[in-house]
Amino acid sequence: MKLSAPLTYGLIACILLVSTPHTDHLPLWVSAECSALLLWRAYLARSGKALPPRWLLLGITVFSVMAIAVSFRSLFGREVGVTLLILLSALKLLELKAVRDATIVVYLSCFIIITNFFYSQSIPTAAFMMATLLVILATWVHLQTGDLAFKPRLRIGGLLLLQAIPLSLILFVLFPRVQGPLWGLPQDAYASSGLSDTMSPGSMSRLSLNDAVAFRVTFDTDAPSRDRMYWRGPVLWDFDGTTWKRGRNATTLKGELQDAGMPLSYTVTLEPHNKHWLFALDMPEKLSINHRLTPDFQLLSDKPVNARLRYRADSFLSYRANVDELPRQLQRALNLPRGLNPQAQQLAEGWRKLHPHDDAAIVREVMRHFNQGGYVYTLEPPLLGMNGIDEFLFQSKQGFCEHYAGSFVYLLRAAGVPARVVTGYQGGEYNDLGDYYILRQSDAHAWAEVWLGERGWIRYDPTAAIAPARIESGLSAAVSNPAILPFMARNPPPWLRALRFNWDALANQWNQWVLGYNTETQFAFLTRLGMEDISWQKMALNMLAGVFILVGVFTLLLLRRLVVRQTDPVQAIWLKLCRKLEKSGLPRATHEGPLDYVARVNAAYPERSEVMNDLATRYIALRYQLLQDELSLQAFKRAVAAFKL
Amino acid sequence: MKLPDIRGSFKQKFRNWAFRRTVETGTVLLNQRRIYILPTRQFFGFAFVLFLMLLGDINYNLSLGYVLTFLLATTGGLSMLYAFRNMAQLEIHAGYVEPVFAGEQARFVFHFNNPGSLERHQIHLHDDEGHETVFDLPAQTSTSVELALPATQRGWLDSGRLTLYTRFPLGLFNAWSYIHFDVRALVYPRPAPPQALPVAAAPDGSGKTTIRGDDDFAGLRNYVPGDAMPRIAWKALAREQGLQVKEFSAQQGQQLWLDWSQLPDIAQERKLELLTRWVLDADAQGLHYGLKLPDGEVMPQQGAAHRAECLRRLALFGMPAS
Repeated sequence: MKLSAPLTYGLIACILLVSTPHTDHLPLWVSAECSALLLWRAYLARSGKALPPRWLLLGITVFSVMAIAVSFRSLFGREVGVTLLILLSALKLLELKAVRDATIVVYLSCFIIITNFFYSQSIPTAAFMMATLLVILATWVHLQTGDLAFKPRLRIGGLLLLQAIPLSLILFVLFPRVQGPLWGLPQDAYASSGLSDTMSPGSMSRLSLNDAVAFRVTFDTDAPSRDRMYWRGPVLWDFDGTTWKRGRNATTLKGELQDAGMPLSYTVTLEPHNKHWLFALDMPEKLSINHRLTPDFQLLSDKPVNARLRYRADSFLSYRANVDELPRQLQRALNLPRGLNPQAQQLAEGWRKLHPHDDAAIVREVMRHFNQGGYVYTLEPPLLGMNGIDEFLFQSKQGFCEHYAGSFVYLLRAAGVPARVVTGYQGGEYNDLGDYYILRQSDAHAWAEVWLGERGWIRYDPTAAIAPARIESGLSAAVSNPAILPFMARNPPPWLRALRFNWDALANQWNQWVLGYNTETQFAFLTRLGMEDISWQKMALNMLAGVFILVGVFTLLLLRRLVVRQTDPVQAIWLKLCRKLEKSGLPRATHEGPLDYVARVNAAYPERSEVMNDLATRYIALRYQLLQDELSLQAFKRAVAAFKL
Repeated sequence: MKLPDIRGSFKQKFRNWAFRRTVETGTVLLNQRRIYILPTRQFFGFAFVLFLMLLGDINYNLSLGYVLTFLLATTGGLSMLYAFRNMAQLEIHAGYVEPVFAGEQARFVFHFNNPGSLERHQIHLHDDEGHETVFDLPAQTSTSVELALPATQRGWLDSGRLTLYTRFPLGLFNAWSYIHFDVRALVYPRPAPPQALPVAAAPDGSGKTTIRGDDDFAGLRNYVPGDAMPRIAWKALAREQGLQVKEFSAQQGQQLWLDWSQLPDIAQERKLELLTRWVLDADAQGLHYGLKLPDGEVMPQQGAAHRAECLRRLALFGMPAS
């Protein structure tokens, strides 16, 4: 059977729809080649010309595969797989011969849809998936129905899809979730953006250009003020002159808080970032999920966070942290690379001479220096050379939070005060629609912690000394040229802000309930629904039961219109009269015509015989004498309705 | 002994055991007891694709992937209901089958009534030899479906057990039903190549004159199905007087006996074929002719009914009476 041109167009549309979302990460030449192949196929279908010979197709295939191997430098991995799949399915269209080939194209397009979810699973992606599925189903139905027109095909496909939704919902909720992965994944399996475990000039400002959501937070009670919202991430100790690194802690004991006060409970929904750390407010006390608390109060998960993660956290806003810090740790907090930044060294030693025994006074000196030294807070600081701290402190005086945090700690260490850099996020944007805070990558921040003996580790944020607006109202208030900031970090008009908040609230629900539906959320959800002792066997049983019930309902609904009994409107009225009489104990026998029946009724109720005869006459006239008109029909209907025995 | 034979006969036995093989009369209603459903080969391909997708969902934690996989799976499952629905509650009865000559196609007619408000798509009807017809059934209408089966031998041609199936809407499930109606086509013997008619005998049996009676035009009568083409009055048709047939008076009084016993010594089937040819020719020429066979005779007559009777006798000659 030769495939008709409309069917071929349908198949081209399928491949086109499923590969379009991939264009932003496919190499440009692959997109171009696929478009060319699809156009060529459409032309062939339109003109009715023969398909290209086998050797030509083979040549194109070999050439394309080699080109992919060259441009990706590999033939393995996810990206390559997706690219190959799209290219080969476009090529498959050029050797469509039988229904079997068309079926393969349909299956391939279903499969390609799923590869797009590696890159995006947002609400628009889901909507686009439904539209694509509709086209695929309509084409699929076309394969089986020959020359059925487009509209009824679309209707059949649409109905199938609509009816599939409730059943899939049951499967989605009750299908026992297995925590993946089932096998080792290639490194490119997860997208990663966010804080890294090092900090060098430029790393934070680069991140602040990123609009992506890092995590969302819902507080159980009132949220703390913005200048207390320091979301703690990696703590950096070791400095090599340009880059701050985490290094190795000298102990495995977890950090300890004393005189902890102002407790706070909240829930964090963390976007996957493919690293180990979890974020919580300074200082975290405990989390609801498996985690490790390091001596410097970092929270680490066992595995890299490669799926959206929800956890509850408890923090204390006032505390004395690690008052009895180990000497070896304190030594780490004083280490500096030798022979660099002589000016900074000199400045710090001057302060030390001024306050030989007062560390806190030195800290105040440094803060004052930043505050009154003519420093500028900017996203575009000049590049720095070998003695970066000196260059920044004494020449350029322009920097972003990483410059201030880094040089602040450097100066303190040079003066002999133990200090370390803490990175994480600061602030958050309140979404009053969903009553939660959004933390974006652009909220990434670096600050410092200083160990002051009895008072333990105390947070100092030198950025606050230069650009207090950054801490109190966010990035856009603090930088001079907000135009280079990502959209949401600027100050958009209120209506746009509201729209964005609405959208984010929706996306947040979607993330929590659809995308974040994993083993734990499934467990929690089913418990809330009233299911007890949840096990996967039980879920499977419930799932089967649900499916059976729904299938039963569907069977009834679907088979409803198979037989349509038509009754004559006149007869329907007559039957109504018969039912009335039947209730009075005079059922009509099946063999009885209207005249006989009425005669029998008249014998039983002679006083009603006039009305009965009238009704019978009307009925016979309407039904048998073809004297049917709307008026007399209505009159007959009214007469029957009014009739009482 | 060959292997395929064993398999074939086993398959046949299994079918006979699994599906009742009664011949039916009247109207057959396709209810759930008569409709069988099994997945097709495509189904297994589809299931394999879904399995791969599910593995991907689990491995990469793709929630939206789960949604897609379940949507596709339930769509596939629902297509089974659709396939059943496409066949269910159809009413079928067999129609009249026009007699044909051996070597032609017998057109078996089946009337399908679709009582519901749903259109039925792409229903296939085929016999065990693979002769097939495909049709759609609009809602609340009756449709006549023709299945052409080759008639190779004279006698009765049984339609045999027919299979009715559909793979609508996605080709994942095959819903089918067997129908075996008590319907058969009468197959006349294949007419021999043209050969001159034997000489006619006068009613008194004396004369040996060849028939030349076509000249005396007697009048027109209305066309009856089966009338020979050369005798249609085309001019009358052109004058818009309807389809009429010329009648000739000269035929009367002259009789032609087509006699089995007068035939040369050839095989029985050849004799029947020759007689068939003569019946056709004699009818075309509008003769009065009779047929003498070893098992009886048909008195000389003319007209469509007579022709049909003669052909019928020839078709069923030597066949058991059933």
